[in-house]
Amino acid sequence: MSDIKYILGSFGDPDEMMHGIEKLQENNISIYDVYTPMPIHGIEAKLGVKRSRIDIAAFCFGITGTCAAFALIYFCAVIDWRVNIGGKPSFALPDFIPIMFELTVLFCAFGMVLSYYASTHLFPGRAPRVMDLRATDDRFVIAVDAHENAAHTVIDGLLKDAGALEVKYNERKYISYE
Amino acid sequence: MSGHNESILREPLITGDNITYAKITDDILGPVENKPNKAWWIGFIFASLGALLWVVAVSYTFWNGIGSWGLNKTVGWAWDITGFVWWVGIGHAGTLISAVLLLFRQNWRNSINRSAEAMTIFAVICAATYVVSHMGRPWLAYWVLPLPNQFGSLWVNFNSPLVWDMFAISTYFSVSLLFWYTGLLPDIATIRDRAVGTRRKIYSIFSFGWSGSVKTWQRFEAVSLILAGISTPLVLSVHTIVSMDFATSVIPGWHTTIFPPYFVAGAIFSGFAMVLTLLLVARKVLGLENYITMFHIESMNKIIILTGSIVGVAYLTEFFIAWYSGSEYEQYAFINRSTGPYWWSYWMMMTCNVISPQLLWFKKIRLSIKATWILSIVVNVGMWFERFVIIVTSLHRDYIPSSWAMFYPTWVDVSVFVGSIGLFFTLFLLFLRVLPSIAIAEVKLLLKSASEQAKLKQIKEGHENKEYVAEYIESLEKFDSVKQEEYAKI
Repeated sequence: MSDIKYILGSFGDPDEMMHGIEKLQENNISIYDVYTPMPIHGIEAKLGVKRSRIDIAAFCFGITGTCAAFALIYFCAVIDWRVNIGGKPSFALPDFIPIMFELTVLFCAFGMVLSYYASTHLFPGRAPRVMDLRATDDRFVIAVDAHENAAHTVIDGLLKDAGALEVKYNERKYISYE
Repeated sequence: MSGHNESILREPLITGDNITYAKITDDILGPVENKPNKAWWIGFIFASLGALLWVVAVSYTFWNGIGSWGLNKTVGWAWDITGFVWWVGIGHAGTLISAVLLLFRQNWRNSINRSAEAMTIFAVICAATYVVSHMGRPWLAYWVLPLPNQFGSLWVNFNSPLVWDMFAISTYFSVSLLFWYTGLLPDIATIRDRAVGTRRKIYSIFSFGWSGSVKTWQRFEAVSLILAGISTPLVLSVHTIVSMDFATSVIPGWHTTIFPPYFVAGAIFSGFAMVLTLLLVARKVLGLENYITMFHIESMNKIIILTGSIVGVAYLTEFFIAWYSGSEYEQYAFINRSTGPYWWSYWMMMTCNVISPQLLWFKKIRLSIKATWILSIVVNVGMWFERFVIIVTSLHRDYIPSSWAMFYPTWVDVSVFVGSIGLFFTLFLLFLRVLPSIAIAEVKLLLKSASEQAKLKQIKEGHENKEYVAEYIESLEKFDSVKQEEYAKI
């Protein structure tokens, strides 16, 4: 076996790339990942990527915020130090609602985005794992693991048939570490 | 993708021929990757002088206290809160464009959302500095937080809208920042992968290691949609709560239930005007005519007519309710507003916010860049006066005629305000230099479906209804970035 780790099919058009995915799948060639400069709708279904559960996380974070706000206000205004404001009740629920709403949004947004960063391994200073530098510009790149799929010439042919402008053989997984 | 041709009845969102994915990147990153031109430098010098004035005026206020402003016993809020509400309002358009228009699937937002969101963040920064400096002792600003203090365990008053406002503005600012930055990640990665040396290292840190893999994009879209979903009620709540700072008081002229919707409409109105003020110049100077087209400008103008008219109806309703309520204090407050010593500010507000935006009903005016730009500034002048009218004219004649007073701004009041405009423009101009002013990835999404060239191809294929084609070609006449001769042949 050669030192080639990944075979990259670099497409100039998203539809041709989708076609390329189909071609590879018809020939039982497993796809490692696809890198694109923009979201491609419908690609998850094709690659069998499960639906994201980030919405469930968002809901849980949001409801935590609601409860946290209520608990804070209730503790401060009703339990710990009641302030007599013109004899009005301390437990004035309508007045609690604005802050409960704001904290719901705050917890939901931060909780969800931080879970997103954690689950996709995004954080400041992380070394970018890039296989093709043009995948964030104008190329739609299909990456195939060269060790798992031995028939390199077949892959090359399939990608080119589907309209790949270029097929690259990377000896390193990521070319972005300098 | 190409299987989903968009109807040619819809106007194109990207004009020009030979637009490719690479060209979109090149066009949008032009200002980021090249040295700034003369126009940028001139703008930047003026803006940063303004920002310097702001630093001086705010420092002077911190050092000497708010006695250096023109406030008096009767008028305890004036230019400070006027400026605060004005800036927060301006910020609202950014969230409206990025969140509400996303929920409504308005694809034209894709080319203007990035700079509008940046504008939101800078406007909220300007607003927040007003809040801090009007406190008098800004080093005690943390007293607005619910922290146990040294006087016992007395907490902040959770029944007070000022406390709600602190929660609202800080949530709004941080969530907007998060929304904006998450959206920026793929575009920062684009700059990173095109740059070399130190530049690449810097953008690499800020790109969070974005790779553009399938899962990253899938979750990215889910996150964007949910953020839009929660930002929509958030943006409405923020100006609602700002209006409650007034509406929950018992001051005649403030104690009005109409305030929340009226403030929100006014906020969107002024925000869109500010987006136009900025983008009409930016599209010309940065050469982005193909992405921010006449269609975008016209759409924003339509939103300005709508929200301007809502504001107009609100002004009239307020007046009617003052009369209908039978409360003489309420009635006096409004008669005094329109005919009292501050009549000029009331009529300034009426002219700029209600009368002049109606000019946008005329297609010629709506499609003229010069007229639109002037009107966008007129609207923001009007919206500043609206807040001034609400705040100062309701306060300056209080319950005892012996304490009636007028408000005269000092040089510090004026400098804080003029300076905050300088600060805003400085931040915006720096933003144009270091980050892409248009969401690159989102515009690329439109290329195959909603661009002029895609639609031209559709027409040339000849399967389109002739009437539709004629209508489409007619709609292109307004575009200054479309080569009309191309269509004369068809």
